[in-house]
Formats: sequence, C-alpha cells, structure tokens
Amino acid sequence: MRAQSQYRLSFVLELVFSTVVTSMDLATVWVLFAVNDSLGGFAGPDVLLMVGIAAFAFPAADLVVGNVEKLRYYVRSGLFDAVLLRPLSALGQLSAMDFASRKVGRVVQGTVIYVVALAVAPVQWSVPVAVLVVLTPLAGAVFFGAIFVAGATVAFWWIDSGEISNAFTYGGKDVAAYPATVFGGLFRRFFTYGLGFAFVAYLPALAMLGRSEPLGVPDWLRWCSPLTSLTAATLAGLFWRTGVRHYRSTGS
Amino acid sequence: MIIETSLLRKDFTVRRKAGRFRRTASVVSAVDGVSLSVAEGEMLGYIGPNGAGKSTTLKMLTGVLTPSGGTVSVCGLTPVPQRSTLARKIGVVFGQRSQLWWDLPLMESFSLLRHVYRVSEGDHAARLRYCRSLLDLDSFVDTPVRQLSLGQRMRGELTAALLHGPKVLFLDEPTIGLDVLSKQAVRGFLAQLAERGDTTVVLTTHDLADIEKLCRRLVVIDHGRVVHDGTLDELHAAYSSKRRVVADLDAPWPDDLTLPGAAVESVEAEGFRVTLTLEGATAGEVVARLAQAVPLRDLSVREPEIEDVVARLYTGASAGTGPRDGR
Repeated sequence: MRAQSQYRLSFVLELVFSTVVTSMDLATVWVLFAVNDSLGGFAGPDVLLMVGIAAFAFPAADLVVGNVEKLRYYVRSGLFDAVLLRPLSALGQLSAMDFASRKVGRVVQGTVIYVVALAVAPVQWSVPVAVLVVLTPLAGAVFFGAIFVAGATVAFWWIDSGEISNAFTYGGKDVAAYPATVFGGLFRRFFTYGLGFAFVAYLPALAMLGRSEPLGVPDWLRWCSPLTSLTAATLAGLFWRTGVRHYRSTGS
Repeated sequence: MIIETSLLRKDFTVRRKAGRFRRTASVVSAVDGVSLSVAEGEMLGYIGPNGAGKSTTLKMLTGVLTPSGGTVSVCGLTPVPQRSTLARKIGVVFGQRSQLWWDLPLMESFSLLRHVYRVSEGDHAARLRYCRSLLDLDSFVDTPVRQLSLGQRMRGELTAALLHGPKVLFLDEPTIGLDVLSKQAVRGFLAQLAERGDTTVVLTTHDLADIEKLCRRLVVIDHGRVVHDGTLDELHAAYSSKRRVVADLDAPWPDDLTLPGAAVESVEAEGFRVTLTLEGATAGEVVARLAQAVPLRDLSVREPEIEDVVARLYTGASAGTGPRDGR
C-alpha cells in the first residue's frame, strides 16, 4: 500500500483505464442488444442484472485472493519456502503480500452496475429474493475466489500454468455474465453446470426475476448459489492443501 | 528428544527428455532412510557433499516439504500438518534465501516479525538487545536489507530467526560466502548460544571449521543416507585417520627405501622432501628409523585434518565402501 501511494499518477491512470475496460464490457452488452432485441431469450435489463453480479463478484475475488496468481513465481524461485516458515496461513500470506488498492476501483464499478441493474430490471421483490440479492454477489465472489485458488494451485505440479488458470478465471467471468442459454450444448454443459459458473449470476438472477429456467433446470437450483460456492471453496481448499504437500522447493 | 526422525525419506520424480516429446520419469531418493535423534540443547553439525540431502532433510524438519516416508517429530509436533504451530517454536536461517523483507530496514523487519510471531514487547526488546550487542547490529539496523553486505544480512537473519525465542534453530549454511571476520562473528554468536544451552541447533555447512569450533556431534550424510553419526574423534577413529611425518632431507630420497610401519605418501622438491603416513608404528619409531636411513634436516608431525577425513568419507561413501574397522 505504502509503495503504491508513491505512484499517484499511475494509480489515477489505472483507475481511468479500468473504468474504460468496464465500460467496454457494458458496451458489448449494449451492442448485442442494438442488433437483437433479446439475448438467449432475455431482455437487456435482465442480462444487465447478470452482468452486474459478475462485475462485482469477479473483481471482489480478485481483490482478496487474486494475488495467489503469483504462486507460480514463488514456487519456481523457491521463495515459497519462506512463506511456509512463517506461522501464518500460506494462502493468507500470498493474498496479502501485495494488496493492490487499484483493484478496489473495479469492485466499486461492479457495485454501481449491480445497483443500477436491480433498479431497472423487473425484480420480483420478496423477503427470500432480498436475501438472495445480498448473498448472490458475495457467493459469486467466493466462487471466483475458489477458481483463483484452484487455478493457482496447479503451479505446484506444473509451473507454467498461467494461461490455464486464466482460461477459467477470466474466461469464467465472461461465461458467468451471460445467460446460459446463449452457449452451445457441450460448452454449456461443461462450463455453466459442470464447473458451476451458471450458479454465479444466471440462476440466482432468474430467481430474482421470478422466471423459470427455459431449458428445464429445476426451480430450486436457482437458490443454491451459496451452497455451490461453499462447495467450490471447500474443494479449492482441499486442492490447495494437496498442492502444498506436493511443493518440491528448489535446490540450495 | 526434541528432534526425532525414523527412516525419513523424500523421493523426487525427475523427468528427462527422451526423444522429441517423450519423457522418462525416474524416482530419485534425495533422503533415503535417515534416522536421527537430537537431544534438547545439543548442537548438531550436519554435513555432506552437495546434493547429499542436507537441505532436503532440513526442509522436512521445518515443515516445508512433506516426507515421502518415515516419521518426523520436532518439538513433539509433526511438521507438515502442524506447520504454523511449529513455526513459532523454531527459527530457520537458510543461507541462500532471505527471510527478511528486501526493501525494509532491519529494524522494521524485526518489528514486523514481532507481530507475525505475536511476541510480547518486553521479550522482543530483550532478545533484540541481546542480539544487537553480540552481533554488532547497531551500525546498520536502519539500512534497507537490499543494501546490506552479505555478512551484515546474515547477522540480521540470525537475529530475525531468534526473536521469537525458538526452541530449535535450523541453520542451512549460515557462513556460506562470508569473509573471515563475519564468519568469526557468526561462529562466536552461535558458540554463545550453545553455552546458554536452551536452544537446540542443527547446522549444515561445507565449512568444517564451523563444525570443529561449534559442534560436538557430527552427522555425515551422503546420497541421502547417514554415513557417520558421532563425535569428531569417533570420526577420525572410524576412518582410521593417519598422522603424517614430513621430513626435509639433505640428500635426495632413495626410491627403493622402505620403512617398517610407515608408507611413503609423496616425494617432493626433487627428492628433498618426503611425506610418510604412519601405519602401525609410532611417530618416534619412524623418526628414529628415518634418521638412520637418510640425513635429516627438518621434521614435522602433522595431525589428521578433518577436511581430509571428510573428503575420504565422501569419496568412500560414493564408491559404496563403508567405514573400515577400528570403531
């Protein structure tokens, strides 16, 4: 933090840049709707709701545990030794090692999109829906956090693993932001339900809108996001522990 | 026993290129059945050639690496599952790898460590005072770590490892690359620590002077196996280290001359200097026979050097021959 505040100009540039990127994401959605009236059977505000959830969840996860990506570097150089020699959680240390305040900006942007989407989309307000509205972005963040950790853990076996985990983190973010109905058969089954990305935004958004899944997914599944996120986090945690035990260090 | 291992093993899978895409995997045991027990307050020297498995053993004792087999217990804990708890009870200095924060002055690193290890302010201050005076830290405590010389950094590392009052201190080549003065400073400090007797120290090194000055007990490891465990004297006895007689002569050494109870090791200086190793006979007997046979100018008797013993141990162990008789 102290180091980063030394570079005010770069901080401002980062913020401007990330705002531009987020606007581009929004522009993509807008362009899609300029061409078609609906996307996979959903109107603009409905999709905006899904985009909003993902736009909060992903940067929030990135803010908290995104730094585990650096694990590759620590494993390759053997610096992970030093991490393991301190009496603190290894995962916690890696996440905290380089807390990037600039990432806060994206979380704020995501929150704004989500709030706007809640206002414009035809949300069927009730008590359970209100609970879901609060829990969903958090569950989404936990889910992405699990993906970040699981993706980084691969580095214990396979040091040049960066692009693989990026496919699931950044790729997953894009999958999560659109209705599952827009994707083709095999791809949909794998990413949305197999890996659970549909639980981040699509299914809970359906519940908020009071709609059933058009492809016949049972209604109760729409409420399951917090559970899937917890499952994902547990699995990622176990995977991480196995990874740490496979750490080989380097010669010295 | 504060450290106890039994048949400790660590295997690594090494992949080698075999053809364009194919790779063959082979399993290499870096540590292959090491059983050790170290009593509280002991200072143990752990030596072996490069790649013998010293660092790997240390990493298993500290919870960095998970053993492939065997059991380990340090301070009554199993290192890997109880890593965080154990980390509070041990101090570690890896000579080639810094525990300090690269961009922070030593003083700030120390106070950060106080929070990391949750040490009370009083204890922290007392230990810091102790280390500061013994290791002469005062002149550079406010310099960022990256600007310290290696010797200064190593003294900082030692302090950092001791601030939480560890029961066991693991040192992996603490004097590597240091100049004579820094080496002396580090050794002197460790000797002090040993005298106080409340810290168990396990030390790996290539510098046998470290061992001679500090450790009563010596464990030699090669190819992942313990080849010697005992005192220095026992090592000399086990490997029947030989004393030497070096003689300067007034006339060249006659090539066909043999002396009972001694073997000619080398003839130098155009025959005017001969080195004999004692085999059975006493130095006195050999000198007497030598004086009868050739005109002597000067004489010296040399004690076996630990370097030679260890060098022979390394090569001997590599060739698969164990210790000779005499133990």
